Amino acid sequence: MRRGAAWLARLARFRRGPWEMLASILIGAGVLMLMQPFALALYTWSFVVTLAGTVLFIAASHFPE
Amino acid sequence: MTDVIATAADRAARATPPSVARRVRGLSDRAIAWLFVAPTIFLLLAINIFPLIWTIRLSFTNFAANRPNREVDWVGLRNYERILTDGDIWLSMQATAHFLFWTIALQVLIGFALAWLINQKFRGDDLWTTIIVLPMMLSPAVVGNFWTFLYQPQIGLFNYAVAWVTGADPSSFEMLGSVTLAPWAIVIVDTWMWTPFVMLICLAGLRSIPESIYEAAEIDRASPWRQFWTITVPMVAPFLMLAVLFRGIENFKMFDLVVQLTGGGPGSVTELASINLKREAFEKWRTGYSSAYAVILFVTIFGLASIYVKALNRVKAR
Repeated sequence: MRRGAAWLARLARFRRGPWEMLASILIGAGVLMLMQPFALALYTWSFVVTLAGTVLFIAASHFPE
Repeated sequence: MTDVIATAADRAARATPPSVARRVRGLSDRAIAWLFVAPTIFLLLAINIFPLIWTIRLSFTNFAANRPNREVDWVGLRNYERILTDGDIWLSMQATAHFLFWTIALQVLIGFALAWLINQKFRGDDLWTTIIVLPMMLSPAVVGNFWTFLYQPQIGLFNYAVAWVTGADPSSFEMLGSVTLAPWAIVIVDTWMWTPFVMLICLAGLRSIPESIYEAAEIDRASPWRQFWTITVPMVAPFLMLAVLFRGIENFKMFDLVVQLTGGGPGSVTELASINLKREAFEKWRTGYSSAYAVILFVTIFGLASIYVKALNRVKAR
């Protein structure tokens, strides 16, 4: 619980680590949505999620450590 | 030695035409550095960046490369919308997912096991390493061709080996012609070819673990099983992550091996995303549509590559 709060605090201070982590999660989720066989709606939104993650990753790589 | 270098430099300076020498002499170090880098940057822009920007532009149009004189209309996001609601493309993504999941799972398991065995330091381990890494040195076209022979129902060694183990008739099943077996046939070939690569990465990870950690664990009377789970696995995990990402990116783009083996068939059960893309672009000639398709695949691979670079940096920092 305390670790989660610390992570959120670092997220609010625009530190690279947590934002890169968030971007990686988005990219991973996007790839999973693209390839899953269960719901066409998830497949439809997969590209938006991956693109958001990728753009966020590029932006986060310019944040301070 | 210094005299020799000075003489060589003098000789090079004398060989430079006076007009060029006069022009270069006035340049700063930074300008000369740019002069050297400029051809590479120009090539990079011409070969990579320009086609990428052009593809993104085409993805918003209905351009068809086989009808270059037809009027090109701006269609906005319609190509993306069609691709992301197309059931056939969704199926090819699922075929890609099946291929990705099983190749990575098998390669990691077998690759790690082989690396662990090779790391036990026995007589002739170097020779075995060389023999094991041979498949990944072959061309995918060659591998595809000889596995097509191995999978032949009448004369294929693979069918005979399976028949010998199971007792079934060798010509009673067709690895490349069966809808249920063909996806597994391509998984087997890719695993055979690329497991050595995963093994090499795992071996690097295993050999980077200091012996002193195992000695300390033995003093603490930790069992081999506990040493494996609390020392070996956590310390090799970043290397495994690297191998998974690398193989994931490579297999997401897989084309040559599968085209050689099945050509995407039977039906479209082994039609991976890249094969499907090639069909859209160069058989149906829907260039705008296939450009959007390529952009979707590019963003996915770019995203995965970003994570890969991050993981690589973490391994380097260790």
